[in-house]
Amino acid sequence: MGARSRQPSRIRNLTAVLAISAAVATPAAACSSSASSPGAANVNSANQPKNPTLVITANDISGGKNAAEADWITKTLIPDFVKAEAAKGITATVTFRPNGVDDTAYKSKLALDLQSGTGDDVFALDGIWVGEFADAGYLKPLADVAGSQVHDWDGWKQITDAVQALGEYQGKRYGVPNGTDGRVIYYNKKLFAQAGLPADWQPKSWQDIYDAAAKLKTLSGVTPVQWDGGVPMGEATTIQGFLPLLAGNGGSLYAGGKWQQPGKAFKAALGFYQQIYGNGFGDAVLQQDAKGRDKSFAEFAAGKIGIYAESDYMWRSVVNPKNGTAPMPDRDTDVGYALIPAQTPGAGVNSQDFVSYSGGSDWSINPKTKYPQAAWDFLAFMNSNAETVSRLGGAAKITARSDVNSQVLAGDPMLKFVNDKVLPITSFRPSLAAYNDVSTLVQKAVADVVGGKSPDEAAATYEKGLEALVGKDGIASGG
Amino acid sequence: MARTASPRAAEDPAGLGRARAAGIAAPALLVVLAFLVFPALWTLYLGTTNYRLTGFAARHPHSVGLDNYTNVVKDPAFHHSLWLTFEYVVGSAVLGQALLGFAIAWLLREAAGWLKRLIEALVLLAWILPSSVVAFLWSALLDRDQGTFNALAHTQGTAWVVEHPMAVIIVFNIWRGTAFSMLLYSAALTGVPPTQLATARMFGANQWQQLRDVVFPHIRGHILTNLLLISLWTFNDFTPYQLTGGADTRSQILPVYIYQTALFDGQMGLGAAIALLMLVINLVVALVYLRLLRERRGERTA
Repeated sequence: MGARSRQPSRIRNLTAVLAISAAVATPAAACSSSASSPGAANVNSANQPKNPTLVITANDISGGKNAAEADWITKTLIPDFVKAEAAKGITATVTFRPNGVDDTAYKSKLALDLQSGTGDDVFALDGIWVGEFADAGYLKPLADVAGSQVHDWDGWKQITDAVQALGEYQGKRYGVPNGTDGRVIYYNKKLFAQAGLPADWQPKSWQDIYDAAAKLKTLSGVTPVQWDGGVPMGEATTIQGFLPLLAGNGGSLYAGGKWQQPGKAFKAALGFYQQIYGNGFGDAVLQQDAKGRDKSFAEFAAGKIGIYAESDYMWRSVVNPKNGTAPMPDRDTDVGYALIPAQTPGAGVNSQDFVSYSGGSDWSINPKTKYPQAAWDFLAFMNSNAETVSRLGGAAKITARSDVNSQVLAGDPMLKFVNDKVLPITSFRPSLAAYNDVSTLVQKAVADVVGGKSPDEAAATYEKGLEALVGKDGIASGG
Repeated sequence: MARTASPRAAEDPAGLGRARAAGIAAPALLVVLAFLVFPALWTLYLGTTNYRLTGFAARHPHSVGLDNYTNVVKDPAFHHSLWLTFEYVVGSAVLGQALLGFAIAWLLREAAGWLKRLIEALVLLAWILPSSVVAFLWSALLDRDQGTFNALAHTQGTAWVVEHPMAVIIVFNIWRGTAFSMLLYSAALTGVPPTQLATARMFGANQWQQLRDVVFPHIRGHILTNLLLISLWTFNDFTPYQLTGGADTRSQILPVYIYQTALFDGQMGLGAAIALLMLVINLVVALVYLRLLRERRGERTA
């Protein structure tokens, strides 16, 4: 991303802001009371208001979802920030608005808040929402909101291009990435031992997974495999379940500027679901449960699921004995992890033997905030080396910052595994506004197959939906 | 309607004059305009656009004419949802709540005071609890692994809300809404002259004959009013979402369908179009009942 223009002239910026605000001035926007941003060119630390008020929001809640981060925000980050601002002679009032819901529900809430002009000043959002939100005018390039100081932030040097891209859309920075993740296969070593499977398991093909599942099926009360496959699981079904399978066949949803017609790879990925759920290796009913994801986490933690495809989020935030939502006291000894194999060795994208998918969330600023300077200061502060380390609170996580990663990941073999072995072979989802709608179609196709339809049928329905969404011209044959 | 002597007085019985009458009615009319007519028209307008919650079309919605409406009317998913809504309204309100409510009211009319009050209190409790609390209690009751119901019925491992979502929401709504019908019918039954019932019994009328020939003619208006209210409430009920989340379209009644289309899929324009169709259906249902009520009044005055 070195090609990014490093000299956004203030005048050009200002005109851009004016042009956008004129375009946004639909009746709905015009009647909202909070004035549009005062013009990024005027945003700088010298002439900011002395008593800024910020509201921060994320899908984190103390005692629930992402509890560690919620506690860090309220107990450490905000007090630290207020202190740092006080040292500059600024009295900042910062509050945190917690949420603890499914990601789709959080997204709807965020979009509705931003649309009605009441959104919080600083918020977390999934990297794949950036395009949609930017197109809707809910997000603006950070430099348009907080001025060129954004590009001068020293933290960017610590964030790799691939991770920076999680906060970018059409070559512009919309958010500061929070970190990244990778998908792996988890397995319960105790159940594996009971089924006569090795403790250091690494499947080399899908067949290896089927074989292990067949052995696990002989244990009573055990669901051999959880491979996310329902509409209620939302994006988890797409990124945890379907995309690594698609990549395992050399396929992708979007390539060369076009969405891909569902072809051989697409149907093969659906065929995997047919194998798992058609043979009773997975719990098809659980996939349709509105709380299916939470329940399958609980089942895995209770030792009732043998094999589970998930991201490192599961290791850090779900089965984590310290702060997880479904803690496993013996996580470190009982839970194994392996790379996700291609269908057959070498069949993956770029002829890889193993594949993965990665994503990550960003922190961004509401373009309508009254305190753009304070909001940017907050973002820069929270993503500084010191605060990123304090966020981890001794626990490891793949943060956006390389300097922090090299400090902390050595302490957690699983996350080091993701950083060293998974990230080099991983793929990213297209950062396009239409992605989330396509993803919904994928979830429906997967749910169809889990519900008993054939991959051909489900792929045909997907293709129809895709055509309605992006038009025939937006689709390339093959895939 | 007998006309009064002076036709002028009939036009202006209060003697206010047109301007002052308009002045008095204006605030109420403004409220109606602002909170009923304008939103309805706005929904109609949104339904003709491709407006979305996010993405380019959120900022620059453009007109798609009547496409949304024609697409919805042709969409099998909409037909499916409409049919489920019909099942839900007929099963849980018209049959379930109304019949059960009447049965309780009828059986309790001569029961001892304490028994009557106890049962009424229990039925009412289901009605007055907040819906989110109730939905949570039912989720716990019907949970697949640790649910009370499965433990009692020895049906461990049955995911009721996933496997039988329609049955669950129908039973749920009967349980929840019976109180209203019961109260209304209890009140109506007190208006049935005991002498007429006693006379009917003297002539050897059995229970059913008493109900058919004495009770129903007296409470027909109450029955219609009750059915009108509970059908409309049930038709617009969103609580099932908290219970089954639509269960992968198998219990996706119209309010849930709109919610998922507009907010989860982000298709606000399409959602508005469905909402308007729903409004029209509401109006038709209301008109049919009102028509029936008016016919009845006509009979009575004739």
